[in-house]
Amino acid sequence: MTMDALSHSRRAFLANTGSLVIGFSLLSAEAFAQPSSQRLPGDLEGNPMLDAWIRIDPGNKITVFTGKAELGQGTKTFLLQIAAEQLDVDPKGITFITADTGLTPDEGYTAGSATMSSSGTALMNAAAQVRDILLNLAARKSGLPVTQLVARDAAIHAPDGRSWTYGELVAQDTLHLRAQPSTKLKDPKDYRLVGMSMPRVDIPAKVTGGAAYVHDLRPEGMVHARVVRPPRYGARLAEVETASVEKMPGVVRVVRDGSYLAVVAEKEFQAIRAMQALKSAAKWEMGPGLPANQDAVWSFLKSAPAQTDVIVDRALGAPVKTVEANYARPYFMHASIGPSCAVAVLRDGKLMVWSHTQGVFPDRQAIAELLSMAEDDVRVIHAEGAGCYGHNGADDAAADAALIARAVPGRPVRVQWMRDQEHQWEPYGSAMTTTMRGGVDASGMVVAWDYHFWSQTHATRPGGAGSTIAGWLIEKPFGLPKPSFKPSPRGSADRNAVPYYKFANAKVTSHFIATPMPLRVSALRSLGGYMNVFSIECFMDELAQAAGADPVEFRLKHLDDPRAIDVIRLAADKFGWKGGAKAPAGRGYGFSFSRYENLGAYLALAVEVEADPATGRVRLVRAVAADDSGQAVNPDAIENQIQGGIIQASSWTLSEQVRFDGNAITSVDWRSYPILRMPDVPDSIEVHVINRPGQPFLGTGEASQGPAGAAIANAIAHATGKRLRVPPFTPEVVKKAIDS
Amino acid sequence: MITLTVNNQAHGVDADPETPLLYVLRDELGLNGAKFGCGLGQCGACTVMLDGEAVFSCVTPLSVVGARKVKTIEGLGTVANPSPLQQAFIELNAAQCGYCIAGMIMRAQALLEKNPRPAEDELRAHMAPNLCRCGTHMRILAAIRRAAAQMQAAALAKPGKSPVR
Repeated sequence: MTMDALSHSRRAFLANTGSLVIGFSLLSAEAFAQPSSQRLPGDLEGNPMLDAWIRIDPGNKITVFTGKAELGQGTKTFLLQIAAEQLDVDPKGITFITADTGLTPDEGYTAGSATMSSSGTALMNAAAQVRDILLNLAARKSGLPVTQLVARDAAIHAPDGRSWTYGELVAQDTLHLRAQPSTKLKDPKDYRLVGMSMPRVDIPAKVTGGAAYVHDLRPEGMVHARVVRPPRYGARLAEVETASVEKMPGVVRVVRDGSYLAVVAEKEFQAIRAMQALKSAAKWEMGPGLPANQDAVWSFLKSAPAQTDVIVDRALGAPVKTVEANYARPYFMHASIGPSCAVAVLRDGKLMVWSHTQGVFPDRQAIAELLSMAEDDVRVIHAEGAGCYGHNGADDAAADAALIARAVPGRPVRVQWMRDQEHQWEPYGSAMTTTMRGGVDASGMVVAWDYHFWSQTHATRPGGAGSTIAGWLIEKPFGLPKPSFKPSPRGSADRNAVPYYKFANAKVTSHFIATPMPLRVSALRSLGGYMNVFSIECFMDELAQAAGADPVEFRLKHLDDPRAIDVIRLAADKFGWKGGAKAPAGRGYGFSFSRYENLGAYLALAVEVEADPATGRVRLVRAVAADDSGQAVNPDAIENQIQGGIIQASSWTLSEQVRFDGNAITSVDWRSYPILRMPDVPDSIEVHVINRPGQPFLGTGEASQGPAGAAIANAIAHATGKRLRVPPFTPEVVKKAIDS
Repeated sequence: MITLTVNNQAHGVDADPETPLLYVLRDELGLNGAKFGCGLGQCGACTVMLDGEAVFSCVTPLSVVGARKVKTIEGLGTVANPSPLQQAFIELNAAQCGYCIAGMIMRAQALLEKNPRPAEDELRAHMAPNLCRCGTHMRILAAIRRAAAQMQAAALAKPGKSPVR
């Protein structure tokens, strides 16, 4: 669709409201049982028109829209399953469109394990309401009661053999209706797609060389760009001699705007060579340095002026045994395998950008502000990238492509970062430090729990040009908005800071340091959840030890949510957990539990590690997880996400730490920022999914990050008798602990 | 003009001989399989086969390729007619974002052509150069094992035929 056609159809929608009145009578009476002031389900609340989600043309072409993006979780598959299920259409008969500011609803970011609860819920309800409308239309046409009609394969069938395709039933604006708060949903026992492990729709192309990523776009006339980044944050470009670079083979032009520097060439390797030459030619005023090391960052967090919020404050009881512990985590990288990439073209004052951003609408806002363009003149289309696991360089690369495209109007520009640029400039997952003080009474119950955490922000995403690197470097720069913090149920730095256990007494205190920000940080899979769950779940083991209790039993006796108890029992059972069991020499068992965000998926995890006393090398040998994500739409996709989360978090926990010295980030490649490789991965990971038909979708993507870190630490303590509280547990760290 | 044989087809390529093979495959020949990951030979996203050996195409200049035969994932099979490895990865949903997968498959292909029945530690050691960030390792290994078994079964069923495409 061209941009003109698009805005025309938008106008046509807005102009045409007459169909609303007719439309209401098409929904079954049940749909009106609730007052219309009630919230709409999921993201229907912000995007209430049914045809924002589902369109059917007279030829029976069915198009379904989501504002969420495929990031490797299986979005394009499981959201399609949900829509196809409620519409009674073969998934193959649906054209499925994901995040595109020109076409889809605005659903913000694809983040927070919220795709299922927000978009999945919206699509489920929208699709069911559309089916209801179609049944009523067919009833009107046939003169038969709705109860005698059946929706099947994109048509409504009557018992007398007559049938009407959906396309035959809808007129142009039939679906231009506000969704209703309540929906006649299918009975889960009639599900034919939801709950099934439908194969991922995107994988065949990805394993045969099909065009699958933004990296693979090659619009006619495309040129290649590379950026030159400053040597560190805050450095300004003093001077650069560009004439010789502009004479290099294939170079189209050098783009300079303040300290922003990039080069455009006809061919990719020409752009890379020109970038290298430009990098050599650039002279920088260095500006302020970085902290000397990670210890300096933790000290800073503890000593900097902080906003203090007491999130939970219940008087502490009188324990007979008390324990104190300090935990901390360094900065982790998203470390996407493919460096960030984007394609953009400016034509006739309209800018199109293809990006692997998590939020096309906020990204559009940032780009429009950066280029002083109207948002309506910018269209951002999601195209897949390498897995991001949060806010990585995607939005920055999109801003790069936009800024460079403006310099070569009419020509599509593809920009991809180099590996060192991705490593040095992506926003890292925030470092944190925490303290725990707690105790148990004579019956082994927790009666005191006092938790403090110190953190900077976990979210510096766009909107706003000041959230992009390009925005900081141009002649008239945009500043990073000052981060703010407010305790919330889902939480950010405070995510999962409040224990899910039923403690009679507990206190939870947040210490938030807004600025200065020594290293660039933003959302990394689970935000503060990793450190908070790590602290809570390690400390539960430390308290269990003080109480002389088995870690699994100790957790169970502090829980009253049956679904939490179910996942713990299942993981323990499948693992073969036996209280007090000794592992073979050099091995240890560890357990953990968390309910993500205290309102999402339940996850319990039992692991076995081996810790080599000679080298200190720790390997996760075996993991058994039990998950309850509510109604499971695609159990295989849930398993894939949880396996991936366990492996990724084990990599964080055992080997990862962003390195820097006073001068620069020194983690610039895979040697200086090593992640798990094939020989290091477990022998097996089992994931047991408890399906809860008809229950709300709880999401899955981030549920295993915290539990994996804690279970590994607990297992190392079991194997070695040494409690390690500051990941990463590298061979040097573990060896030192064992030998001490 | 340099002649390059890719997936059994000869191509005349107009590029600087120092250009890494990766950019020629992607930009000149329009092949999407091999990916840029690091440009340093540290991650394996760019892995292709050169006369049957797995190589990092991001650090292999055109001048080094010479007359050797390049094979990319496009040369293994198609969606309609996938190779055993491609088939196994599809069957097991052995991908998350999938960015590393073409490189994984090409490195596995090189192994199975030489050693159709690798022991588990041989398999893992062979795959060590290739990184996956999504944590799909267990499925990647399972898919390679499944493809190896299938290739073995096919070889047994048709004696005299090569077990590997």
